[in-house]
Amino acid sequence: MYDQTNHLPALPGVGYKPQHYSDLVANPAPVGWLEIHAENYMGAGGRPIAQLKQLSGHFPISVHGVGLSIGGEDALDPDHLSRLKHLCDWLNPASFSEHLAWSTHESAFMNDLLPLPYTEVTLKRVCDHIDQLQDTIGRRMLLENPSSYLAFDDSTYAEPDFLSEVSKRTGCGLLLDVNNIFVSATNLNYSPYAYVDAFDLDKVGEIHLGGHDEDEDDHGAPLLIDSHGREVADPVWTLLDYVLERSGPLPTLIEWDTDVPEWPVLAEEARRADIALSKLNARAKVTA
Amino acid sequence: MSLTAFNDALLDPTADRPEGLSDSAGRPAGKRFDVYRNNVTVSLREALEAGFPATARLLGEQNFTAIATGYLRANPPSSPLMMLYGGGFPRYISNVPALAKLGYLRDVARLEYAMRQSYHAEDAPELAADKLAALAPEQLYNARLAFAPATQVVLTEWPIHAIRAKALGETAENPPGVAQPTLVTRPEFDPILTPLPAEQADLLAELMRNKTLAEASTMHPTADLGTLLGTLLATKALTDIKIEDKQ
Repeated sequence: MYDQTNHLPALPGVGYKPQHYSDLVANPAPVGWLEIHAENYMGAGGRPIAQLKQLSGHFPISVHGVGLSIGGEDALDPDHLSRLKHLCDWLNPASFSEHLAWSTHESAFMNDLLPLPYTEVTLKRVCDHIDQLQDTIGRRMLLENPSSYLAFDDSTYAEPDFLSEVSKRTGCGLLLDVNNIFVSATNLNYSPYAYVDAFDLDKVGEIHLGGHDEDEDDHGAPLLIDSHGREVADPVWTLLDYVLERSGPLPTLIEWDTDVPEWPVLAEEARRADIALSKLNARAKVTA
Repeated sequence: MSLTAFNDALLDPTADRPEGLSDSAGRPAGKRFDVYRNNVTVSLREALEAGFPATARLLGEQNFTAIATGYLRANPPSSPLMMLYGGGFPRYISNVPALAKLGYLRDVARLEYAMRQSYHAEDAPELAADKLAALAPEQLYNARLAFAPATQVVLTEWPIHAIRAKALGETAENPPGVAQPTLVTRPEFDPILTPLPAEQADLLAELMRNKTLAEASTMHPTADLGTLLGTLLATKALTDIKIEDKQ
């Protein structure tokens, strides 16, 4: 078992984009921490590494992997495990997280977070992979719930139960993406609130929020796409309040990865997360 | 189900959608599977476009989309480090029959990939100019140069430096009718490009193969070694100069 302490502050964070560097260093409020995608900082040198070294002097950093393929059928890539260890060793991030998804199959990397069925077989494989990762980097990781566009007929676990079981067996924490809950619940026609009720909120070390796009499936049913390319939708903010009321304050990240806006637009989203967290603190004081 | 069927249908638009995937009402997933197909294809194509911006402009949007899609279906990344993706793209372009007459495209793409490698290359201390100045001529001629990991030279018969600049709108001038083999260096964080006369580039290529200055000069006697050394120093291309001990 690795360190259970959550070192990220229960404040808004943003996914770091190099074009926001000057704004973030000059006037970061209300942003209290940053998240980076691990794979973007695995070059040998140059600006990305230099900037990350600078930033880590200003902010707690969360390293978020998008390429390990924890949910895949292949063995984990030993080279990639070494790269993750190297990054965590020199950066000493406040948190490390990855996804309940796969991206590599038979050595081809698909650059997307792909879904897996939730069965006894995949449960064991995911747990083995997480054990291997945590043993390699010597840290506890957080595992993120995916956004789903379809269901596997083979699945025998509901997603919150699957994640809870992974956490129980491996000691890993969970990263709760509230937009992903809303996207999956809409696409697969269940209540996002029931999902939250079933989720092991005690294990959550971080929240994600992001924007989604709207489409339709072959039958005209709504099909939401997890695009990270716009503002967080209103019902997702409402769902965030519902989560936070049950979990207490948590580090809350705004993800905006495509059509990245100017800093003031992203800062406004972070302020909205700050309001959601502050409401909670105010209520806690009143109750006390 | 095995993920193989899922995986194989992602990059093959003619493949049937995999069995065993459904919507919440138990109907086949249909278009829902295509979200993943689309995500994979578009994200890889966008990575190629971001990595080869001048090549993409030269091809035009429609041609680039078709060629990049062909490439990524046959050559998905072999590593999750997307910063490395596309190393085989220049060669792929040169093998597209319809592009056979546009020989410069491959070399512009090679230049763009060299810039990307330079951008992410290991940092290294630059050669102190006084170390070079302190050498007697004979020592200098028998020395070998150590190049920064970010230094590359792209040999070509085409004016790729100017073709690239024009494609990106950095200049309105038409490319000259001479070859522009190009030195890529990274004095700080951004790679810079220096077109070289062909004979200097050939000399440089020998120096980068660890030949001594004398050996390389003998192979390319018309090249201006002094000017080349000045360029290499000015662009921080070097990390060291190694003097051979007399045997």
